[in-house]
Amino acid sequence: MTHDHSHPQHDHGHDHDPHAPVNEAHGVRPESALLERALRELLIEKNVFTAADLQRQIELTESRNPELGAQVVAHAWTDPQYKARLLTDAKPAIESFLGIDLNLTPALTVVENTRERHHVICCTLCSCYPRAVLGIPPAWYKSAEYRARVVAEPRAVLAEFGTELPDDVEIRVVDSTADMRYMVLPLRPRHTEHMSEAELVTLITRDAMIGVTVLVLSEPRR
Amino acid sequence: MKPFFSPGDKVKVRAADVTTHCRTPHYLRGKRGVVARVFGAFPNPEALAYHRIGVPYQPLYQIAFDFNEVWGRRERNTVITADILQHWLERDN
Repeated sequence: MTHDHSHPQHDHGHDHDPHAPVNEAHGVRPESALLERALRELLIEKNVFTAADLQRQIELTESRNPELGAQVVAHAWTDPQYKARLLTDAKPAIESFLGIDLNLTPALTVVENTRERHHVICCTLCSCYPRAVLGIPPAWYKSAEYRARVVAEPRAVLAEFGTELPDDVEIRVVDSTADMRYMVLPLRPRHTEHMSEAELVTLITRDAMIGVTVLVLSEPRR
Repeated sequence: MKPFFSPGDKVKVRAADVTTHCRTPHYLRGKRGVVARVFGAFPNPEALAYHRIGVPYQPLYQIAFDFNEVWGRRERNTVITADILQHWLERDN
């Protein structure tokens, strides 16, 4: 098997064994990889898009990651006016703060987790996910198991993520069934009042912005 | 198309047996809920999926469903929300 560096499934920028079977190493079935390649080459040949367009899109997709969401969350925690704007109309608030263009990305709503209400997002129909601010969804988010179970037994699913919430906290499972994408604004952990915005960013995880976990300040390292 | 429902309105998801592409999950068809948020209007995905332009655009609502209404069993203090297009909703008095 040749090692094809133009393959969009290929995870660039890391060291790997050039003799490893590429498709298996990346969890892509050979028939899927072949189908992708055939389709890609046809679309380029028919001028639907160019190889450069594709490369740009891959780079754009790869530039989106949970760090963006974390920056937005930390800013919302420290600036109540910004938080209000973010919860009212997320896209312009994110665009102006991060200096990125979300014009071509789907509509986005940020939902706030509080001591009374905990949101967890999912897409039971497919794998809709706030890619603009969290990047590519984790494999478990797209699994049939998560999608089926999080709406049918949410407290059990959350417990498996180590999230056990008291009965007086309402769980809101947010199924992104249509054009709206959702990101969770996690509850700011206790005892972080002294922390700077930059320090807060380091606490915020992807899973907390999906809502499967809550953030807890870990013990300071000694 | 103007939104027909407002936050707080009680609605029922149509129990239509649509088997072509649509964004209304089967587990919510025929279920009663309350309008939580009103979003803008979006091209109808049931037309978009078949190469049509999706007019008339349909207002989109976030609907909140009580867990017991959806599954017929209790789960402590739990709500499910889903985003449903207007033509899938009817008023529930």
